[in-house]
Amino acid sequence: MSKKKEIDDRFKKFGTVSYTSLTKVNDFIDHLEEGKVMGTRCVDCGTVFFPPRADCFKCFSSSIEWFEVSGKGKLEAYSKLTYAPVGFEDDLPYCIAVLEYGDFKVFGRIASNVPDEEIKLGMDMKTVVNKLPSGQLNYVFEKA
Amino acid sequence: MGKIAIIGVGQSAFVRGYPGSIRELAFEGFKEAMQDAQLSVQDIDASIICSAPEYDKQRSPSGVFAEYLGLTPQPTFYLESLCSSTSMGLRMAYSLVKSGLHEVVAVLGFQKMSEISSAESQERMGRGADIQWESPFGTMMPAYYAMFAKAHMEKYGTTLDDLALVRVKSATYSQLNEKALFRKPVALEMFSDPEHFMSGPVASPLRVGDCCANADGSSCLIVASEEKAKALSKKPVWILGLGAASASVNMSGRDLFTGLAVARQAADQAYKMAGVSPKDVDVAEVHDCFTVSEILAYEDLGFAKTGEGKDLITGKETYKEGSIPVNMDGGLLSKGHPIGATGGSQIRTIVLELRGEAGEMQVKDPEIGLVHNIGGVGLYGAVTILGR
Repeated sequence: MSKKKEIDDRFKKFGTVSYTSLTKVNDFIDHLEEGKVMGTRCVDCGTVFFPPRADCFKCFSSSIEWFEVSGKGKLEAYSKLTYAPVGFEDDLPYCIAVLEYGDFKVFGRIASNVPDEEIKLGMDMKTVVNKLPSGQLNYVFEKA
Repeated sequence: MGKIAIIGVGQSAFVRGYPGSIRELAFEGFKEAMQDAQLSVQDIDASIICSAPEYDKQRSPSGVFAEYLGLTPQPTFYLESLCSSTSMGLRMAYSLVKSGLHEVVAVLGFQKMSEISSAESQERMGRGADIQWESPFGTMMPAYYAMFAKAHMEKYGTTLDDLALVRVKSATYSQLNEKALFRKPVALEMFSDPEHFMSGPVASPLRVGDCCANADGSSCLIVASEEKAKALSKKPVWILGLGAASASVNMSGRDLFTGLAVARQAADQAYKMAGVSPKDVDVAEVHDCFTVSEILAYEDLGFAKTGEGKDLITGKETYKEGSIPVNMDGGLLSKGHPIGATGGSQIRTIVLELRGEAGEMQVKDPEIGLVHNIGGVGLYGAVTILGR
């Protein structure tokens, strides 16, 4: 009788464990699949957002366009975890970090191939797409 | 007229694995506050129940507590701002009384973190931040504060020993607090002994000893109008200043990693409202969820210049005999941190100090006290200034 409604739950593919599946910025996942980390820009007032969002709180517009996070950012904060929440144990140890890009900042992980002794606050890094062994997608920071 | 007072304070012991239900836990803090104020339940016009709901099995605890505590049919409602819930509850009670809507309001904070299993608790830890954009990377509360610790250490030269000294002070005073969870001394050497559990790495640079512990507990504050306070209480403690602020939950929205913007904003508001400055504060309770948090608080509250917070702990200025005694009850680090009950416990300590009733924790003749209470990783901030 009734046809089952298609559910757009692409976002469940984000990160080691995703706690969200439905969001208006699900295209973020398609961009990751294409090798691009993207934020959004308000078409009406030009404000840029990372993480991407569907709505602009400055002008109340919901008209957005995507832009690629490219170039270098500066490492502003980081910490290496020795303990992890449930579901992340196999990833240990790993570093969470914030990269500063000027108009916006990006929260994520430092790539596991960057040696500890080379990680310095203020260093230049770039954001790249990363495929996890489980097939899930995230992004990590590599030396720029 | 128009001043608002705290006329009763109480708290349960902070423990691991409270052997009772949440309503029974709430009763302990409530009973002590009511006996302290020498009131009966008919005197309470409304109640505000504060906690972080993810630890509860009971939906909407306000109604359950109102029944168990005998506070029906008066209005009751629930307030949540993570670890700062009771301070925000006090702010709400202040406005209810100030508006004239109610004359006497009970603010009751509680948390029974052992209500859920350890595995459930571990799972919730991963959802303590922005679940859409941050939690999928595997985040935890200690790791966030560790980012602040790292940034402060690199920029200002704060050391791991400076952090450890905060825990040493905390343990010094928790031994004097019969309500505290950890009442054993802690020595600096434990942090450099690889065999000692205190030195175990959690999230660099923070170690086990740098982190506070989950606990079960309740706390209660009775807030009254000036008229009621003068009629009912021999030793009212007046609310002189209140400040509150919020910040971006996602770290990508933060501009500051060497302090908490919400604490600075809330402190500015509270000092202005009270008409006092940091040097006027005689005793303080600060939100030391991690050792580094206390050093950030010294600076954010203006007790030390930016970057010089460590000097207060190395110079023992925040000990009982120092220029600004901080966390005379052992703080979150040693007293334990039952999220929704913490702010009320901090306020209780300052009220007792101002009344001269803090026992072994008493500092000499304080007139102005301050409470700094933070929710999340500097997500919510509340600063309360109290006076005799």
